[in-house]
Amino acid sequence: MNDLKQVNKSKKRVDAKAKVTGKAKFGADLKFANMLYGKVVRTKYPYAKIKNVDISKAEAYPGVEVVMTAKDIPNNTFGVIIQNQRVLAEDEAIYIGDGIVMLAAESKEAAEEAAKLVEIEYEELKGIHDPLESRKPDAQLVMEGTDSNQVVHHPLRKGDVETGFAEADLILEREYSTHYIEHAYLEPEAVTVVPNERQTLVSVYGSVQNPYATRDAVARVLEADLSQVRIIQDNMGGSFGGKDENISSMAARAAVMALETDRPVQMVNSREESIIESYKRHPYNLKYKVGATKEGKLTAMEIEAVADSGAYACQTPFVTWRSVVQATGPYEVPNVKTDTYGFYTNNPYTGAMRGYGSPPTCFAQESLMDELAEELGMKPDQLREKNMYRQGSHTASNQKLDNHTVSLQEVLDKAKESINYDKKYEEYSKEQTGEKKRGIGLAISYRGVSLGAEAIDTTGGIVAVQKDGSIILYCGLAENGQGLRTVFSQVVGEELGVNLDRITYMEADTSVAPESGSTVASRSTFMGGNALKKAAKNVKETMIEFAKEEYGVEGEIIFKDNALYTDSGKKIEDFSKVASDAFHSGVFLSSYGWYKAPKISWDEETGQGRPYFTYVYGCQIAEVEVDTGTGQVKVLNMAAAHDVGKAINPANVRGQIYGGVVMAVGHALMEDLGFSDGFINHTNFDEYLIPTAKDIPDIDAIIVENPDPAGPYGAKSIGEPTVELGGAAINNAIALATGERHYDLPLNLERVLIGRDLSREG
Amino acid sequence: MEIKFTINGEERTEQIKPNQRLLDLIRKDLGLLSAKEGCGKGECGACTVIMNGEPVTSCLVLAAQADGAEILTVEGLAEGDKLHPLQEAFIEAGAVQCGFCIPGCIMTAYCLLKTNSLPTRQEIRTALAGNICRCTGYQKIVDAVQLAADKMAAGGEG
Repeated sequence: MNDLKQVNKSKKRVDAKAKVTGKAKFGADLKFANMLYGKVVRTKYPYAKIKNVDISKAEAYPGVEVVMTAKDIPNNTFGVIIQNQRVLAEDEAIYIGDGIVMLAAESKEAAEEAAKLVEIEYEELKGIHDPLESRKPDAQLVMEGTDSNQVVHHPLRKGDVETGFAEADLILEREYSTHYIEHAYLEPEAVTVVPNERQTLVSVYGSVQNPYATRDAVARVLEADLSQVRIIQDNMGGSFGGKDENISSMAARAAVMALETDRPVQMVNSREESIIESYKRHPYNLKYKVGATKEGKLTAMEIEAVADSGAYACQTPFVTWRSVVQATGPYEVPNVKTDTYGFYTNNPYTGAMRGYGSPPTCFAQESLMDELAEELGMKPDQLREKNMYRQGSHTASNQKLDNHTVSLQEVLDKAKESINYDKKYEEYSKEQTGEKKRGIGLAISYRGVSLGAEAIDTTGGIVAVQKDGSIILYCGLAENGQGLRTVFSQVVGEELGVNLDRITYMEADTSVAPESGSTVASRSTFMGGNALKKAAKNVKETMIEFAKEEYGVEGEIIFKDNALYTDSGKKIEDFSKVASDAFHSGVFLSSYGWYKAPKISWDEETGQGRPYFTYVYGCQIAEVEVDTGTGQVKVLNMAAAHDVGKAINPANVRGQIYGGVVMAVGHALMEDLGFSDGFINHTNFDEYLIPTAKDIPDIDAIIVENPDPAGPYGAKSIGEPTVELGGAAINNAIALATGERHYDLPLNLERVLIGRDLSREG
Repeated sequence: MEIKFTINGEERTEQIKPNQRLLDLIRKDLGLLSAKEGCGKGECGACTVIMNGEPVTSCLVLAAQADGAEILTVEGLAEGDKLHPLQEAFIEAGAVQCGFCIPGCIMTAYCLLKTNSLPTRQEIRTALAGNICRCTGYQKIVDAVQLAADKMAAGGEG
């Protein structure tokens, strides 16, 4: 492991050149002969009966090829977990993004004009827009065919909380809320469906995060075999969990119209369409009750987390499941009672977003820990050190953490040192004069790697050595911008001793690569890395066997620097020569690699078991300046220490940390959909503000490496842990600066200044 | 209507519609796809190109305004196989993730370095405030612009 050549190196991204020269093609850049342009007409109201739809004028508009409604769709429902999302609404619209009519025309302009001519008669109904209302037993039902609005309930029971609270010297009860977050990927959704292309019924090209999930949806809607639906995903302009169900819906619509017209159909959302229709991060209402002894030992925690699922189930069952596992944070608590719920409402539906179910619970629980420390007269880091997981600790699910390094102390120490926490904490704890006050706040977390008990966790890949020694890689995991092509190329390059310029990671193609699960849950490096490493090892073994016979070498053979060497360092042949000789001797130099994640377990009734096979640990510390005259919060510094197991590409890991931290700053301080009664009022970047280069400082990204025995070269996760800590760290820093605690996000001007948000009730 | 302009050093004459956007002219009529549409409102900067030496969001510029103009897109930066120092720096600094915003960022940075050959990090951040990036947290984009400035100062380019 000491003489790694490709792995653990900040290699240049293999796709960077295409992206800086403008040659990289994204979804909306694709063109096909004879292509039509699709458009969707969406509801005017969040909840309404659709009384009549008149498409005659739209059909008559010059250039329009097809106008369709729900009636024309072979099977109108799909979904990854529960199949209740509709491709188009038929009798009623149940959220503001529901599409009702779709059409395709010779030009984008003609499609847009025709869409305006669709006449829909509505009866507006009073919807239900608060999950705390929709959970009530007598609430009106959002989803047909259900007997309650509850999507899911995950209980967790450990010990006995009554006993635990009786042992406590101090009990705190607090309520928190978090808000909708828009993914705000820079590339709006774009899909092109080509009918009857090559051997398949439809080929789907475009910004698809999860090719197999989209294939499932399109095949289901078309009532076609999976083998007849081909999803090809190449470059994607960001996703962050956000290009799954909404893209499946778009692809299904385009597919139905493409088959109807027998012409390719391209659909590209405007930013407004994207924000109105796409799913969001779940808003949560959280109740926390915590008990501790006066020495600061936690005795019990009781948690209720209610997530707004919006109009569809989408991924609510799994998102709230991650919440239940992480809800106590990384602390040993002998008695825990946690209940997480999801409820339907007539609000925008909610699904996967970077962090999944953890950012809301992490915000609440790490804010609570700070308040508890204050009440106990302890420093925030001291209370955490007293209770946090260490090697061999048992989690709230009673999982013993002993198969990997529990590194909370290390990430905490390194982040503190980097930002000079102790000195600043002392300084900012003193009385501050003037309107601008400074504070520093921290948050720590543990996070399960990959899917855990959500679903079967497997990934496959193909390593194919060509006769000139160049290598083609296929895997079903998709490059979303995170750098997976480069990381996978490094892993295979390391195994076979080949430089990256000889390796090509192909587009994700569902008709070629093995079904690999979704590119989610910060699982790609771990799962895909392991699968491709296995495939590369198989090829390597074949080449070793061949080389021994062909060149008469004995002993160990070393693959490095594009060549094969004996264990005494004598060069045998160039890698390309061996590949060529092997090919011409009839040797097969390709292999599949299949990786199944280590065993996990979960008891649905008690939340006890082994929910994830390994965990990562992180600490982020924010230093802020609050203008107490305006309520404006300026982030002066952020330190982020993350244990990634092993950084396959340290530059990429730092990029993930910078990006995740800045995203969390946006979530905490400025991002706001302007949501009211089912309507989204902020539909573009002039109102939905995300951080610009000017809004944030340089961040200190600290990579901590404790290799995981099961990870490829010891690697684990980085994408999502980076985004779950910032909210609480900033909230805690504001509290130290101003002496006032906040319980609701976002921490915008009004909230920080007067303690409530003027744009909404309460 | 007919307009004449220069794009990436090439003189062009194009028939356009009065309400046509410069972004659509560049992407659809000329097939130069580096400029991206991220918001259609001049907020995200993904469609940034250089017109008469200034960075413009081409979704807010009418094609007609380009009559007589000199336009530069990312496709016009490299000389044959030789990348512009900014392009090299974006690769070396690891500033590229999804890449959707990158052509726009590079064009904005190109203009910055024309007027300020050795900008501070804060000056770079201010110049890039109109180019939204959701992936990188901007840090390595700032690194890349600094690196490009150093390269250009050392090589006397730009």
